[in-house]
Amino acid sequence: MDEPTVVIDVRQVSKRFLGVVALDQVSLQLRAGEVHALIGENGAGKSTLIKLITGVYQADDGEVVYLGNPVRFAQPRDAQAAGISTIYQEINLIPQVSVARNLFLGREPTGRGGLIDLPRMNREATEVVKRYGVDVDVRRPLRELATGIQQMVAIARAVESDAKVVIMDEPTSSLEPREVDQLFAVIDQLRQRGVAVLYVSHKLAEVFRICDRVTVLRDGRRVHTGPVKDMTRLSLIATMLGRDVADVSAHGTTSFSEEHDLGDRAPVLRASGLTRAHLLHGVAVDVRPGEVVGLAGLLGSGRSETAKAIFGAQPLDAGEVHVDGKQLHLGRPAAAIEAGVALLPEDRKAEGIIPGLSVRENIALAALPRMSRGGFVAQKQIDGVVDTFMKRLRIKASSPDQKVGELSGGNQQKVLLARLLCLNPKVLILDEPTRGIDVGAKAEVQALIDELAGNGLAVLLISSELSEVVEGSDSVVVLRDGAALGTLRGKDISEDRIMGMIAEAASDTRTAHA
Amino acid sequence: MTTTVADPAEVVRPPAPRREVAKAWVRDRGVYVALGLLVLYNVATSEGFLSRANINLNLIQVAVTLIVSLGMAMVIGTEGIDLSVGATMAIAAVLMPDYMGYGLPVAILVAVAAGAVVGLINGLLIAVVGVQPIVATLIMLVTGRAMANVYSNGQLTEIFDPALRTLGTGSTLGVPNTALVALLLTAVVGVVVRRTTFGRRLVAIGGNLEASTLAGLPVRRTLITVYVVSGLLAAIAGVLYTARTGAANPGQIGDLIELAAITAVVVGGTPLSGGRVRILATVAGALLLQIVFATLTRNNVDAGYARIFQAAIIVGAVYLQRDRTAS
Repeated sequence: MDEPTVVIDVRQVSKRFLGVVALDQVSLQLRAGEVHALIGENGAGKSTLIKLITGVYQADDGEVVYLGNPVRFAQPRDAQAAGISTIYQEINLIPQVSVARNLFLGREPTGRGGLIDLPRMNREATEVVKRYGVDVDVRRPLRELATGIQQMVAIARAVESDAKVVIMDEPTSSLEPREVDQLFAVIDQLRQRGVAVLYVSHKLAEVFRICDRVTVLRDGRRVHTGPVKDMTRLSLIATMLGRDVADVSAHGTTSFSEEHDLGDRAPVLRASGLTRAHLLHGVAVDVRPGEVVGLAGLLGSGRSETAKAIFGAQPLDAGEVHVDGKQLHLGRPAAAIEAGVALLPEDRKAEGIIPGLSVRENIALAALPRMSRGGFVAQKQIDGVVDTFMKRLRIKASSPDQKVGELSGGNQQKVLLARLLCLNPKVLILDEPTRGIDVGAKAEVQALIDELAGNGLAVLLISSELSEVVEGSDSVVVLRDGAALGTLRGKDISEDRIMGMIAEAASDTRTAHA
Repeated sequence: MTTTVADPAEVVRPPAPRREVAKAWVRDRGVYVALGLLVLYNVATSEGFLSRANINLNLIQVAVTLIVSLGMAMVIGTEGIDLSVGATMAIAAVLMPDYMGYGLPVAILVAVAAGAVVGLINGLLIAVVGVQPIVATLIMLVTGRAMANVYSNGQLTEIFDPALRTLGTGSTLGVPNTALVALLLTAVVGVVVRRTTFGRRLVAIGGNLEASTLAGLPVRRTLITVYVVSGLLAAIAGVLYTARTGAANPGQIGDLIELAAITAVVVGGTPLSGGRVRILATVAGALLLQIVFATLTRNNVDAGYARIFQAAIIVGAVYLQRDRTAS
């Protein structure tokens, strides 16, 4: 077999920021027609490496050779023009304009007089998105569509622009399993066309499913490159963490323990009849102290809406929430917090952290009324509480004064958890607590959820990773199209059962409509 | 106090190229450096600059702008803006002559209460109705000034009151009274911003509105309060200006002061995108602006050019504050 063509050859690049080494002599060869996984914990240097390749940063040492020539892209646009497309984790599109316009931005088909040929653009856009399994009116503004669909549009845009290299940074973080299948089909096509794909992901299952080779970074150094088939899940995790295989296998890959012993305690949270036109149709959830109840369902099934409704951040047409037997005044997060309910929002950046404020102020934010006297903040008390939680949750920051925006995703998530725990809640609603955080932090968060439930907290857990819901929950409420399909308990909880229930309900509705 | 300090290698910091670091330094401390240099220049070139009379003159003139800037700094901290401060000053001023008959304290109280009402209307429009701050306060800029003109028939009304005169032009221990009021208010606002739950909330809301809502903060109440405080401070500035000039002049009082106040805040390094309030730097910004104008006037530069120069300062300050997350 011929030696495959090397499209991008990264040779011994180093990058320092203010004296801190972000990348230390890292090399990476990306071949035509391969899907190459780039993995590592947060802060390992993955994004720095991508940004060096795409011209966001310039290397201090070493060089990047593209199609046989050393290159130094001054800005991302130059890399794009040369055929290197990047799909970022955060969607880089224009929400106000139509799907079609987003797809063809900067390369719109023009007709007579140099004007945009709108009918043609819309026609072609419809064909393109269909290939990605998206069936929408391409004239609709992007922001009206679900996040998953937006992500598919971003991917379609990057791939359709005749790229020789496609870099994907956590492309599946907002995709449903079905959409992930579609994405992987697209990646397969790319492979056959000889496109080189650099695939960055925290999800190891995806690495094994779609990638040919894998490069592991740790602390800014390359620690491994080789075929994926030579690795096991365990050896990969061990390489990422720099630990022994035996050590990792002893602790498992998720950090949940067995079910919690509940006895026959009465539910501390009772939500019933949660109804909102087009979103929720009479959802009911009970959670007992010490119990972890999972909410399972596809994107748009009403998981986050249920969570927000209980917390008072989602307007309702009808419904009741009782905490400790007392009815909650709906529609007011402050009332929910007062009653002992705390919510970890789904979107950490947009709904959670206040990036410009310090770790200390972010943690103390919600509990300010309890940590103040006569409107003045009790600084000593806050310092004590912040110190306790930073130690307990092992929040890695240079000091409590460091801005939260500067922390890694996992540490930001821990800051938010600390903010909730300051409130001393009875009910904890966690919407995607481990999304987009590295393996190490993920295990810590999972162990923490377990510990909190063990201490008698009622936990409502939402995750798009089915394995997390299955392994972490004592019972699971399955949602579809804003309605609860049923509850699974104990031994009945499995990924297959959940998928089965969702699929069954789908065929039910179809017969009902027929 | 003990803190958890992590291994520096494990702390993820955003990359900060040298140019950005330099820019951040200029943004955060540039106002003090510029102020220092300008004072040095004036000391070197103008004999009378350090004379008590000249210092007091500058302090008297800066007091009004500074007081308005304090409110503006808080409003901008919530990612808002208050364009109605000049109109609020006018409303406060035209009310005073009519209530002087009940005594000075009553007149001041009425004027300040009117400022609070203007702020309340702004706050309700913004926090409850959902009008954008720039639009809501622009409405008040136009209607407020118009109301002041209608109320006073557009006439300048002189006020002869010894106590008011002392407030406006007198001194205590050699420091002009208006400057003392400004100093006191600066201290109060500084404590409110740094030490109270209200202060913490307003920067949190400016930093991330959605997150603040989900953290259970009283967003509406905080926003309304911020605009009421801004209205109060503007009204106090209106009272002081009236005291200084000895007349309520609805057409001229507070004209373009919103521009001066925004400049002072922005030059002081407070980003227009909210989430930060820098009181001391705002004071430095107001002083810088004052001395720039004084210097230009001393060198016989036309007032029109001075305005153009002011605009250039804003452009420079805003340039330094451009969002660094662009890449």
